Amino acid sequence: MAEKITDETIDYVSILAKLKPSPEEKIQARKDMQQMLDYIDKLNDLDTSGVEPMSHLFPLNNVFREDTVTNGDDRENMLRNAPEEKDGQYVVPITIE
Amino acid sequence: MSKEYETVIGLEVHVELATKTKIFCGCSTAFGGAPNTHSCPVCSGMPGSLPVLNKQVVEYAMAVGLAANCEINRNCKFDRKNYFYPDNPQNYQISQLYEPICRNGWIEIEKKDGEKKKIRIHEIHMEEDAGKLVHDTWSDTSYVDFNRSGVPLIEIVSEPDMRDADEVIAYLEQLRMIAQYIGASDCKLQEGSMRADVNLSVREKGSESLGTRTETKNLSSFRAISHMIDGERARQIDLLESGQPVVQETRHWNEDKETSYAMRSKENAQDYRYFPDPDLPPVHISDEWLQRVKDSLPELQPQKRQRYIDAYGLPAYDASILTGSKRLADLFEETVALGANPKKVSNWLMVETLRLVKEKSMDPQDIRFSAKHLADLIQMAEDGTVNNQVAKDVFEKIFTDDIDPVQYVKENGLASVNDAGALEEAVRKALQNNPNVVQQYKEGKTKVIGFLVGQVMKEMKGKANPAKVNELIGKLIQEY
Repeated sequence: MAEKITDETIDYVSILAKLKPSPEEKIQARKDMQQMLDYIDKLNDLDTSGVEPMSHLFPLNNVFREDTVTNGDDRENMLRNAPEEKDGQYVVPITIE
Repeated sequence: MSKEYETVIGLEVHVELATKTKIFCGCSTAFGGAPNTHSCPVCSGMPGSLPVLNKQVVEYAMAVGLAANCEINRNCKFDRKNYFYPDNPQNYQISQLYEPICRNGWIEIEKKDGEKKKIRIHEIHMEEDAGKLVHDTWSDTSYVDFNRSGVPLIEIVSEPDMRDADEVIAYLEQLRMIAQYIGASDCKLQEGSMRADVNLSVREKGSESLGTRTETKNLSSFRAISHMIDGERARQIDLLESGQPVVQETRHWNEDKETSYAMRSKENAQDYRYFPDPDLPPVHISDEWLQRVKDSLPELQPQKRQRYIDAYGLPAYDASILTGSKRLADLFEETVALGANPKKVSNWLMVETLRLVKEKSMDPQDIRFSAKHLADLIQMAEDGTVNNQVAKDVFEKIFTDDIDPVQYVKENGLASVNDAGALEEAVRKALQNNPNVVQQYKEGKTKVIGFLVGQVMKEMKGKANPAKVNELIGKLIQEY
């Protein structure tokens, strides 16, 4: 099986995931991700030409809601999950410079 | 400049849909609620919450797609677009990449010189809006409000078929009319219910290949879009002329400074790792459903414009202006339906109404007065109950406060004085008090009659019929 997960892959995925793994964690992550890919690679043993890609497990479609307001003001409860709160808003570290 | 350049422009337009509730939950989309009072576990991205699609969103998207001559994708799906930002609580935006609801459409624009041109539409997809962030640089924090999170949007992606700012604005106006006529959106750029991102590149005239493009965001008016297109074209040509490459990047427009700057590239952040959203089952659009939406499409602007020309005999220019805003067109038709003369109604809307709209920097969609009050006023002007000047004054009150003109004229004593005795008295008074002017008139300076009419109008507090005053002065002046 080819080495698909490189150190660069781990660095790139870390940036996308906003994680800063330690050198040891990077080694472990690389091993784990390689194993996952190897496992998925098994699918290549099968001939899947002509098989429709499946995006959903259940043969379900057209699950809709009508356009009617069903939710009221539940701000107090919602904000109980906030890391920090001020004036009815979630407070997070600043996102601009 | 030695070479001749051509600008190539494609647009991504976000239109906020006019549904009562959000795209995936039963929270209200009403504008202006206190922060987070329209939020729930779904639109706040709580783990374990389940989004359920608002059927009306699909219908609006289909209707806009049909009006824009698109193929409707009979089996469309939602995908997750992954990125981290506090306005996006799930860490992904639910959107459509692989199977958008509409593809391969076109709309026709009319350029300033009257030439018609088709602008192709690559696709239209449904997605959710993000929350709102307010930054506090003092405390180094940002405040998050999820009232907007989950508000339904459609994104209309054009092909790179536009060549200058006029074409871009004509295209946006067509899109806006389609959405307004269908009732899918009010499309106000200033309030953000219509937002355009402009993809622009330049190439040597005659070249078939495309240059490197930039994408510019934060354009909140047609004026800004126009400025931005001219500015970005010049910037790219300068680069090319000096032998430098155009860098593919996202730029942010600053309308106050009329300049754009490159947005910080967020460390490779353009990798959105789209994948199908397992929470949302596919949408199958049956023949019956599609037909029902087709049948429910209202008369659209191009047809309405033609009908105004044919049925009411309006000039093409007037018909274009009146149908340019759904609100204006509705008012026109309602007022005419109440029996008013179409040309008179058109005049009141084109002249006085649009003058006030402009003066107050309003969107015509926000005109509030009722057709009944305009129809009554037109009737009163017609039968001489009020003179033209008074009618204009009363109309301003109708425009601002939607007053009932019949009652208003009565209460404020504004009706024209048609009482012959009172008129004659005022005319005689004016002639008596101005013997010099009367003398001048008799010596042939007939223009001075205007002064005398003015004196009478003043005496009558503006309520006389100027034509009658004129006539009466002419008749009585020989006696002085």
